[in-house]
Order: sequence, then structure tokens, then C-alpha cells
Amino acid sequence: MKKKRTVFYLLILALVLLLYLVFAQLIDAKVINRYYSGIITMVCINIILAVSLNLATGFLGQLVLGHAGFMSVGAYAAALFTIHSGLPKMVSFPLALVLGGLVAAVFGVLIGVPALRLKGDYLAIITLGFGEIIRVVITNMDFTGGARGLRGIKHLTDFTWVYFVAVLTVAAVFAFIRSRHGRAVISIREDEIAAEASGINTTYYKLLAFIISAFFAGVAGALYAHHIGVLIPSKFDFNYSTEILVMVVLGGMGSITGSIIAAVVLTILPEFLRNFSDYRMVVYSVILICVMLFKPSGLLGQHEFSLVGIWDAVRGKGKRNRADGPAVGGQKGA
Amino acid sequence: MGFLSQVINGLGLGSIYALVALGYSMVYGIVQLINFAHGDIIMVGAYATYVLLVMVGAPLWAAVVGSILFCTLAGIFIERVAYHRLINMNAPRISLLITAIGVSIFLQNLSQLIFKSDGRSVPNMFNFGTVQAGSLQITSAAVINIVTSVVMMAGLQILVGKTKMGKAMRATSEDAEAAKLMGINTNSAIAFTFGVGSALAAVGAVLYCNTYPMITPYMGGLLGLKAFVAAVLGGIGNIPGAMLGGYVMGVAESLTKGYISSSFTDAVVFGILIVVLLVKPDGLLGKNVSEKV
Amino acid sequence: MKMRILSIALAAAMLTSGLTGCSKGADKNSEASGAASGASGDVIKIGGLAPLTGAVSVYGNATNNGIKIAVDEINDAGGVLGKKIQYICYDEKGDATEAVNAYNKLVQNDEVVALVGDVTSTPTLAVAQQAIQDGLPMITATGTAEAITQTGDNIFRACFTDPFQGELMANYASKKLNAKTAAIIYNMADDYSLGLMETFEKTAKELGLKIVAKESYTTNDVDFKSQLTKIAAQKPDVFFVPVYAQDLALIAVQAQQIGIKAKMLGADGWDGVLEKIDKSNVSALDGSFFSSQYSAESDDPALKKFLSTYKERNKTEANMFSVLGYDAMKMMAQAITEAGSTDSQAIVEKLAAIDYNGLTGNIKFDKDRNPIKQAAITTIQGGKNKFVEFYKK
Repeated sequence: MKKKRTVFYLLILALVLLLYLVFAQLIDAKVINRYYSGIITMVCINIILAVSLNLATGFLGQLVLGHAGFMSVGAYAAALFTIHSGLPKMVSFPLALVLGGLVAAVFGVLIGVPALRLKGDYLAIITLGFGEIIRVVITNMDFTGGARGLRGIKHLTDFTWVYFVAVLTVAAVFAFIRSRHGRAVISIREDEIAAEASGINTTYYKLLAFIISAFFAGVAGALYAHHIGVLIPSKFDFNYSTEILVMVVLGGMGSITGSIIAAVVLTILPEFLRNFSDYRMVVYSVILICVMLFKPSGLLGQHEFSLVGIWDAVRGKGKRNRADGPAVGGQKGA
Repeated sequence: MGFLSQVINGLGLGSIYALVALGYSMVYGIVQLINFAHGDIIMVGAYATYVLLVMVGAPLWAAVVGSILFCTLAGIFIERVAYHRLINMNAPRISLLITAIGVSIFLQNLSQLIFKSDGRSVPNMFNFGTVQAGSLQITSAAVINIVTSVVMMAGLQILVGKTKMGKAMRATSEDAEAAKLMGINTNSAIAFTFGVGSALAAVGAVLYCNTYPMITPYMGGLLGLKAFVAAVLGGIGNIPGAMLGGYVMGVAESLTKGYISSSFTDAVVFGILIVVLLVKPDGLLGKNVSEKV
Repeated sequence: MKMRILSIALAAAMLTSGLTGCSKGADKNSEASGAASGASGDVIKIGGLAPLTGAVSVYGNATNNGIKIAVDEINDAGGVLGKKIQYICYDEKGDATEAVNAYNKLVQNDEVVALVGDVTSTPTLAVAQQAIQDGLPMITATGTAEAITQTGDNIFRACFTDPFQGELMANYASKKLNAKTAAIIYNMADDYSLGLMETFEKTAKELGLKIVAKESYTTNDVDFKSQLTKIAAQKPDVFFVPVYAQDLALIAVQAQQIGIKAKMLGADGWDGVLEKIDKSNVSALDGSFFSSQYSAESDDPALKKFLSTYKERNKTEANMFSVLGYDAMKMMAQAITEAGSTDSQAIVEKLAAIDYNGLTGNIKFDKDRNPIKQAAITTIQGGKNKFVEFYKK
């Protein structure tokens, strides 16, 4: 069994690299122009955001409504670093990404410690509150540019960076979930009291999941800042947090594959439905309600794309219960 | 100037928060749901008033009554369509919350689709000028707000304490299963709660339009959030608590604007929420309910 | 089981539509005006960016409608360089990220030769940062932040900058209205308001006009009583309110309730306030002055024609944004004609040297590519705008 799994992991890795090479070539040859590569960049950033939120909301089961706040903190930290550090871009950019993630993680601790003591509903409101407070504070400070925003950020994000950081994020979250730490986190979602009674340090694991979620949101923010070149605090508001939440809910709270698919679809679709952009948020909200009413686990539920599963099914072996979601982009198998 | 004037301003503002907080409190008390969409019911009420008053040209009393009726029906409708199923099948809390968020966003954006995002101004309704007493200033709007909110609360207490439906509501809040066993129609009680909460929000909307005659599709969002904090502050599920919380929030906001800076009001509001939840989660007047395994 | 099939089908449908969407061209999703013939050799494509949906859509639509009238007029008169203009405008929803996306689409997919846009300052800045890399001639009709044209040599604007109006109104207050003391209320979360407040304050100091009270509020605030009460206590001669019409409608009414007697002053953001404030409250604005890019009561026949065409087509009154949009497009068209080609460098050179007469007066550009033109001072009395005079500091 283990050998089969390793083989499939390598296969996925190969697929991921292949996909990268294909896209990179197309972009270099200008077949994919700046407009389309911009969309692909946003897709990757949204994948990072959705997968990281899924860790806290889907796997841990705590509704976090201030995810955009973590993103903004990471974005500003990274941008200020590259603007002021004076280091050459090859050095400052990766450092900035890590810094963005770390700063966001610190905020994750600051917010998580008080917030995670509360029950679900209140936690949601408090994370919302913190998201808003972060936004207000950034708007009021001078060194962040205040309401005018931060300008003149160098465009350092390119396809290579954003693609591999996204792959790394997915791999990291996946590895975490499959580890015993991840299992502890999931057990908290299923029944916190039982988990505590079984000897799991729920406070520690809740905080851990929260911090990892915040970290990657910060990294996504850093990538975003160096993609757009301008940061405005009002962009990172409750609406943005909600858009990410829709991706997680739709894809399936507890399915990394689901988050990836939903992020891809919900980034690309609005571009091609520009005529209907008036209706976009109305449609999103209806989607949220309908998913909750009819399929609360989301489209993919808690299942992951599984090469092993497909292999087994094709060979007629046993009834593996999973979704035959069409494969798009690189995903991790089980 | 009037520290006192600021306080009275705050009470006027707080009355609106109080009326909305009542709705939050009651709904939470009965189904343990933070109805995210409740704040947007105010927006619905405000636009209903606007449509009736300005577009249809109805007389003032008709606009107010019409708005209240419309909101009540809207509240019950939302409960039926969006929440009812999930409540009955004991869905996990997170699903209900997400649905509520969905309803809230739906209302906001539907309104933006219909009315466009720039504000609409509402004509003067009950403006009777301002009373000046030295450095003290009392606007008629503030007085009307405070009086109306007190009257509404009194009415609500009677409704909940002395009527049959009120008893049903209290029973369902206490223990829905037992209430059902005693023959109480919990579904009606829940629907009724939503209806009354929405009606109160509509009254709040009318008062709001009178005090700040500019309405936008997103006005309910922040207002609702502040009213929710008010409800938590007073003790969620507790009616006099909601009123108290509303007034305290209003005064706190007014004083922050007057003595610190307007941009910090949001931070202060959420700061209060965080402090309350960490220090005394049942609020000022609430009671503690521990979770049984 | 049924649910699973349904959800799989839904996922598949979405993915398919997403993937097939990739292959569709961008043409379907644009707002095209003017003759759009198949071959691009027959038209000159000019791009546009505006918030057509979202919180500031009222400004975006006004600007866009003004531009469209200009395009039609130009095309009816034969077009530019013998070809019709095809105006492709994308909605950026009031968001800087969307604006950059849409900009890339215009440049890479639609291959426009020039850009008239964006509308609000922040997206305009984000787009400008991209436009300097492309060297694309860009003119914003309404973006007022000073930094916009400082980004590069190919970025122009048709409207005043924020600092310009702040200075202007301080001069007007001190020299024309003989004010000795002033109070300010501004939106500290808004670029526009901040910029105006800062220059007003600075100029006031230079002129000896004393600022006795300076209060701030933030976006979405509706209650200004605390701030206004503090201002009232200082009894200023004039009261500078550099905000947009929607907030002004609330501030003016509350100021009246509190009993502020000072003359209110404002800038072009006040445009349209009489539509925002309810009839029963118009007296709150009596005796106020604001600077504007144009005056609707001017006798200029071209302006009158524009205003009536606009009203006929769009069923609402034109405002400053529409007028500026018209002028911006006309200026770009004139520059292209004078350049004799669609080469970016040539257009930029001609634009920098342009001498244009339009609805907002005569416009030439200074070395920072900001327009040198007069401001119209308007007063409000009895619920109506009344032109006072053209003013230059």
C-alpha cells in the first residue's frame, strides 16, 4: 500500500511540474498574454487563500470571518519590507513572502488566543471584528499610506513564484491534515469535548491550525501586493473575506481539492461573465444559501481527489466513496 | 459643551441600536442563531419607507405602517425559506451562520441592484426643531427616538410576559423539545419571534430615516453589527439587557466621536464586544448557561 | 445518491463553462460604442475604464455617458484620421485590482491605442503604474490625486487636482469672502477629502486665515453631531466641507440643526448635491459656495447642446463627471488627429502641447500634465445653483 502511495505521489509531482512547464512556455511565448497571466496569478493567490481558510473553517470547524485581515497584514508587511529594505529583489522578495506570512501568523496568535476561547458564533463575530479593526488601524496609520494606500510596490510576483508557492501551500496543508496533528484538529471539529476528554490539547491545536491558516493568508497577501503594485486598506474588508468563504463553502469544507476547484472557478468565471457582474454577489449569496440548505458539506464534501481511489475503482476493487470531480491543475492524492 | 448634549445624542442613536438589538436578542434566545441578516432588515424597512413615501406618495402614517408590515412579512419569509429547515434538522451551528451571512449579502446586493448604490434622501418626517438650553442641545429626533424605544420595549415586555404567544416563545427558548411535548407549536413561536423582531427593526428604520435622512443598500451592515454588540453587551436573550446595551453603545459611540476621533468608533465598538465576551460573556444582565456533555 | 450526481453535474458544468469561456473572445463583454467593423484596420480603438457597478457607479456611469456622447459626435463628423472610433469600456467595479485586470485586457486583447480613464483616484493610480510601462497615452477625466500624473510622461488629466481646489477655496475665502476664521470637516478615509483639506489648511496659514476647528469623520458615518457641535462652539466665519455630495447632504442638514451660521465652502465633489438632498432640507445649503469644473448656467452653446443631448439619452441630468468625460475624449481625439497616426509617442507629444477649447473652458497642460484652466464658483440659493464668477487665485 505504501509503495503504491509513493508512486502516486511522484506521479502527481510530475503532473504538477508538467503543468508548470506548459504554462510557463505559453507565457514566455506570449501566447498567454499579460491579461490572462494576470488571471492565472489571481487564481493561484485565491487557491492559497481558500486552502488556508479551509484549514481553519473546514478542518477545524471554526467560522473565521476576518481572513482578509490576515491577508492585508501580510501584504503590507511584505510591501513595506521590499520598499525599504534596499536589498536586491532576488533576496528581498522571498524574504518578504516569509515575513508577510510570519507577521500574519503573529496576528493569528494575538487574535486566536482570545478568540478561540469562545464558542462558534461568537468566534465568528470576533474574527469579523478583528478584521475590521485591522482595517481601521491601517487606514489611520501614516507609514502604511493610510487611506491613500501604499503605492510604488515593485511588480515582483510572476507566474513561477505564485505557482510554486501555491503548490507548496497545498502540499503543506495536505501534509498537516494527513499527520496526527491534522487528525487531532479534525477530531476537535467532530466533537471538541470528546477530543479534550481523550487527552488532546484542544487549545494548542486550535491555535496551531489558526496560526497556520493566518500564515498562508499572509503569504498570499504578500504575493498579491507585488502583483498589483498598490495596496488600499478598503479592499481587505468583510466582502473580500466573504468571497474567500464562498470558495471554501462551495468547494467543500474539509476538502482541499474542493477549495482548489472552487478557487479556480470563482476566479475565472466572473472574468468571463463581465456582463453579469452586477448580479455576481447576488448569485454568490444564493449559492451560499442553497449549498447550506441542500448540501452543507459543499460540492466535494470532505473528499479529496484520489489517484489511488480512481485506480482502485478502475480495477473494480471495493467501494470507495469519493467524488469523481474532474481533474484540473495539480492536486494531491490520498 | 455639552458633555450632556453628547450623551443625549448618544441616547438618541442608542435607541435605534436598542430596537434592533431586541430583534437579535429574541432570535438568539429562541433558536440560538445570530441572525446576520437582521441588520439588513433595517435597510429593507428604510427602503420600504422611502418607496411608500417618495415613490408612491403615501401619507406618512401609511408609509410607517406599510413599512412595518412589509418587514414583518420579510422576516417571517426569510425564516421559512432559509432557516427553518436547518433549525428543524438540528444542523451544525456553522451552517446556520453561513446561511445567515448569505441572506445578508443577498439583501444588500438585491437592494443595490434595484436602487443603485448611491444614497437616496428621505424627506423630513417628524422634525420639530431643536431645543437649546444654554449649551445644552436636544434635537427633536433624539427625543422621539428615546420615547419610542421605551414605549416599544414596554410593549414587548407585555407581549412576552403576559400573552399566550409570549409564553410559547419563552417556553421554546427555555427548552424546545419539552415545549413541543407540552403541545406548544414551536414553529409558530419561532416564526412569530422573527416577525416581531423584524417589526421592531422596521420601527428602528423609520426612526433612523428621521434622524439621518440618507439611505444606502449597505446601511444595515455596520448598524446591525453594532446592534448585535449591544445585544451581547446587555446579555443576549435578555430583553431589558438589549435596551441597556443599545443605549450604552450609542453613548459610547457619541463620546468617542466627540472626544477621541470618529475613525476609532468601529474599533471601540468591537473592543467592547471583545472585552465583554472575555470578561463577562453573559453580558450585563444575562444569565450563564453551561454546556452539558 | 441523487445529491452526489447533482453536485458532480454542477461542478462539471461550471468547469466546462469556465474552460470554454477561455476560448471565447473578449468582445462580448465590452461596452462598445461607435462603428465596430470586423477588421481592426477600419477603426481606431480607444479604451475606457470606469466603475459601472459598485459603490461609486454613479460617477462611473456619468463619466462613461459623457464620453459616449463625445465619441458619437466625433464619428458623426467623420471620425479621426478617416476612421471611426471604437470605444471599448470595461467596468472595474470601483476596485483597483479589477481596474488593472481590465486595463491588461484592453491593451493585450483589444489592442487599444489610447485610454480614457479611470474615474476615481485609487484605481487610476494603479492603472497609471501599468500604463507607464506600456507608454500608452492615458487621460483621466476625473482622477484628482496629484500623484496620478506624476507617475509618468504619458499620463494626463482633464480635471483639477485636489491641491488646486484646496488652494483655490482658501484664497476665495480669505480674499473674496474676507473670512478671518475657518473650520474644516473632512473624511479622513478618503483620498480626495484628505488632499483638499491639507492644501486648504496650508494655504490658509499662508494667508493668515485662522483654522479654529478641524474635525474628521470616516466613510459610512452618518452622524456628525459630535463634530459639528464642536465646530459650532468656535463660531467660524467660513466652514470648509471638502466632501462628496452624499455626505454633504447629511452634514448640511445636521449643521443647520445645530445652528452653524458660517458660510459653507466646498469643491467639485459637491456637484449634484441638490439631487441628493431632499427638497424639504434645501435651505441648509443656502449661501454656500463651491468650486466646480464648469458652470451649468453658462451661455456656451456647445455646453447647452451637450446638456440637452445627455438628458435626452440618459433621462438624468448631466453632471461634472459627464462634462469632463466628454472633454477628455475630445482631447484625446484631437491629439490623435494632430499626431496624424496612432503611434503612442506621437499622440503623447501632441497631447502635451494641446490647446483645446471644450465644455470646461480652454485647456492647456502644464509641465506636470495637469490642465491650466479656470474654476467656476457657484453658489446655492433657494435650492438652485447660481453661477457667481470664474476665479483664478
